[in-house]
Amino acid sequence: MVENIDLSLVDWSRGQFALTAMFHWIFVPLTLGLGYIVAIMETIYVKTGNPEWKRITKFWMNLFGINFAIGVATGIILEFQFGTNWSNYSWFVGDIFGAPLAIEGIMAFFMESTFIAVMFFGWDKVSRKFHLTSSWLTAIGANLSALWILVANAWMQNPVGMRFNPETARNEMENFWEVLFSPTAVNKFLHTTTSGFVLASIFVVGISAWFLLHKRDQMFAKKSIVVGSIFGLIATFMVIFTGDGAAKDIAKHQPMKLASMEGLYQGETGAPLMIYGFFSGSDEERLKEPKEDNFAFNIPVPGMLSFLANGDFDSYVPGIRDMLYGNDEHNILSFEERIKRGHVAQQTLKEFKDAEKNGNTTKYNSLKAKFNDKEWLNTYMKYFGYGTYYDPDPQKLKANVLELVPPVTIAFHSFHIMVGLGTLFVLVFLLLLFYTMKNKIEDTRWLLWVALWSIPLAYLAQQTGWLVAEVGRQPWVIQDMMNTRMAVSQIGTGAVQTTFWLFAITFVGLAIAEVKIMLTQIKKGPKEGGQ
Amino acid sequence: MFESLSHLALQEYWWVLVSILGAVLVFLLFVQGGQTMISCLGKTEVERTMIVNSLGRKWEFTFTTLVTFGGAFFASFPLFYSTSFGGAYWVWMIILFAFIIQAVSYEYRTRPNNFFGERTYEKFLFVNGLIGTIFLGTAVATFFSGSQFSVSEMNQSQWEVPAHGLEAALNFFNLSLGLAVFFLARVLALLYFMNDIDDDTIIERAKKRLVINAGAFLVFFLTFVVWLMLRDGFAVNPDTGEVYMEPYKYFNNLIGMPVVLIMFLLGVVLVLWGIFVGIKSASRKGIWYAGIGTVVTVLALFFLAGFHNTAFYPSTYDLQNSLTIQNASSSHYTLTAMSYVSLMIPFVIAYIWYAWRSINVKRIDKEEMSATDKDGHVY
Ligand code: HDD
Ligand code: HEM
Ligand code: HEM
Repeated sequence: MVENIDLSLVDWSRGQFALTAMFHWIFVPLTLGLGYIVAIMETIYVKTGNPEWKRITKFWMNLFGINFAIGVATGIILEFQFGTNWSNYSWFVGDIFGAPLAIEGIMAFFMESTFIAVMFFGWDKVSRKFHLTSSWLTAIGANLSALWILVANAWMQNPVGMRFNPETARNEMENFWEVLFSPTAVNKFLHTTTSGFVLASIFVVGISAWFLLHKRDQMFAKKSIVVGSIFGLIATFMVIFTGDGAAKDIAKHQPMKLASMEGLYQGETGAPLMIYGFFSGSDEERLKEPKEDNFAFNIPVPGMLSFLANGDFDSYVPGIRDMLYGNDEHNILSFEERIKRGHVAQQTLKEFKDAEKNGNTTKYNSLKAKFNDKEWLNTYMKYFGYGTYYDPDPQKLKANVLELVPPVTIAFHSFHIMVGLGTLFVLVFLLLLFYTMKNKIEDTRWLLWVALWSIPLAYLAQQTGWLVAEVGRQPWVIQDMMNTRMAVSQIGTGAVQTTFWLFAITFVGLAIAEVKIMLTQIKKGPKEGGQ
Repeated sequence: MFESLSHLALQEYWWVLVSILGAVLVFLLFVQGGQTMISCLGKTEVERTMIVNSLGRKWEFTFTTLVTFGGAFFASFPLFYSTSFGGAYWVWMIILFAFIIQAVSYEYRTRPNNFFGERTYEKFLFVNGLIGTIFLGTAVATFFSGSQFSVSEMNQSQWEVPAHGLEAALNFFNLSLGLAVFFLARVLALLYFMNDIDDDTIIERAKKRLVINAGAFLVFFLTFVVWLMLRDGFAVNPDTGEVYMEPYKYFNNLIGMPVVLIMFLLGVVLVLWGIFVGIKSASRKGIWYAGIGTVVTVLALFFLAGFHNTAFYPSTYDLQNSLTIQNASSSHYTLTAMSYVSLMIPFVIAYIWYAWRSINVKRIDKEEMSATDKDGHVY
């Protein structure tokens, strides 16, 4: 449909989105989790009346505020970037996608910004109960904003609850509840927010460990560790549980992503899961020259991928090649066929538009009927996006098929790093709790160092998680319906390059400022740090 | 209840809601206006601290309203969202940058070891106040002057001038609204300071500044209004949907919608009365009059742009590509769903009101700002 798009424009726009989203995501998970941890600490304070807990609460609340500000600064770009850089996308799905964004503003952002003010300015102005309520509402507000944006994101991964309207040439919402409660959305929300809890818990125990290592503020640090590791342990189990849910969901709706995450080129029954591995050759070589073994090194667990994907060790998991070239035995339609069908759908839309313009009512009505015909929708319209890869030259069409494979190496490593770290964190929290219970935590210096160094690892797990989710769905912006090329705004590559670098420079500057401020406040410790 | 409304009624309802958000946003831009006067109103450290804190307790609302304005526009009129943001790229990017640097400035300004230094953060606030107001005003003026874009039959839009929005800022009439918004924001800020800060020196200075800023505001605002009333407007034929130029369109709209006319006049009078109260009397209430007046006036302007068979986002490249509340809107279903969500708005306003009243019982003064032993949070 949009044939003459400059690919570098698409790549720079993707780069800009990735840059801004990943930067936003450095700060968001801490907000999501630390909000609750602070609220829990304050609850203990209100329940016990012990001023020590107030001091603890205020120390972490102060760090919350520093982190929050930069989360807000980066969020505003994302809100508008769908319009500025993905304007065709914004029209094509705005009828569905816009709603969660608006609800987020009305419901979540105001809630946060109101009650965070009470949290910071209200200590000696409102009652303890009201203050505590405000702290909880701030945390809930942050997580509500996560809810709506994740519903939007989940919808892109698994579009449901809508219908294509040829007259407006866009998708229109048919069922709000289906969008909100799609299993993908529910799961994504739970996995992502709980992953934020994990990060925040690690942040709390890591910094507390630093205090213990320096033999400072030991009571404060130990109390914080107790809250952090209990909350963290529960959250880690939830992350793993919901992560498993995410994988099952992907197996159903985005099998190409799943195959890429595991580097599975040839489908198998009883497919193995890799503990870790390194590929031989580049992504392109592996695609073009099929080999028996694509790994230079790997540790497989037989049957485990089948289990992760389908809950059955002997089930079949399709590989990248099965999807590209089709597999009759397992009833998998080749991408070549999908492209052809998608092309039919796109052509039909064009003809429909022509009939509309020329006032050809018979044709108009007969074509319109197609867009209401379930059978036709399922055979052709379902593959609408694939049509963009059509080429009348069969050779070229064959070559285009390869563009539908995401960057496998990135997806693979990201996925395994995230999962590996998730498992590691369970251990860290268990050990911390164990030694705290035995009252030996301040002498177990190796563990304190591990806790401290887990902080960067938690951030790594967060970023790699999003890399899996977003890189693994390439080239789709909306699974099977719209690819990045069709979605992009028609602006000069130079303009996007300029804003990309401006964002990069601004962000680096802000990040340096926030880290310096944060470290200074931490070093000051809870006495003054709580103000 | 909403599902039984016609599509047009829902579109009108959402145009009203978006207009309200826009109008409240313009009022809340007093935060931006105030940010451009930190150093001229505050000569000493503690005075500056009072001013920054007075604004700092409100900036989130302006910011959040802007974000919600964007989100609500996206949900209700997605074709506007895709056309304007994707086309007038530079205008919106500049606005965004101005808001990014604002968001950290309050929290980081006086923190030790903050990398950029206190003065830089104040400069960030200044830039935000200057650019944010002028460019937002300019962008809104294009609702009346039009932009050069095309929309394909697949509803994909494209900007037809390489400046991607910057051309709007070079148009004097657009700019006159931008500058009017800028000076209005300063006027509102001065009135707000008089209300919120308990410090005679600052109030005295604010009074003096008010005269100049109010004068500048009136000059630019009147320029804009006169131009608006005299210019041709973008009319829509309700039967065919055809867009054509109509002489004195916005004047006709004003006359044709008496309610809007009354709102407009009432709003302007209230703003003027607020300014008068601020300059002439010792009353602290000026901000209330001027604030309400601002909301009502801006609301009336939005109504002029969108109602009475008018194209609210006109294309001067091809008139027939202009956006109206009918052709740019979401589906009936989505608008219905969103309308239910909108029922939450009074509730949101209520809790904002309640929360603020409970922490704002006392005006900002020197004592509160310099108290380090207490529980307060000072920027
Ligand atoms: C502390 C962070 C963290 C940890 C320890 C884990 N995850 Fe995760 N994961 C995320 C943080 C995260 C995330 C950043 O929140 C993501 C990115 C997008 C999303 O939905 O959540 C994510 C995405 C994500 C996806 C892709 C979802 C999609 O494409 O829509 C899968 C399949 C998993 N995770 C699975 C797991 C499993 C099986 C884990 C077992 C230990 C795990 N994650 C631990
Ligand atoms: C939940 C809200 C999110 C939505 C709706 C969303 C949507 C998008 C869109 C529209 C693109 C550009 C098109 C594309 O390349 O597919 C994109 C790309 C990307 N996003 Fe997200 N995103 C979200 C959150 C995030 C977060 C929080 C991160 C990172 C921490 C992230 C990481 C990326 C990356 C790395 C890309 C580039 C992928 C590539 O082009 O190869 N996303 N996302
Ligand atoms: C690309 C999609 C995203 C958009 C458009 C977006 C938008 C925004 C905006 C505009 C803000 C500032 C809010 C304010 O005015 O206070 C913000 C902050 C925030 N966002 Fe994002 N965001 C995106 C991705 C995410 C994701 C994936 C999550 C969580 C799962 C998330 C959760 C939050 C949280 C917790 C904050 C903290 C600050 C606040 O809410 O004010 N965001 N986001």
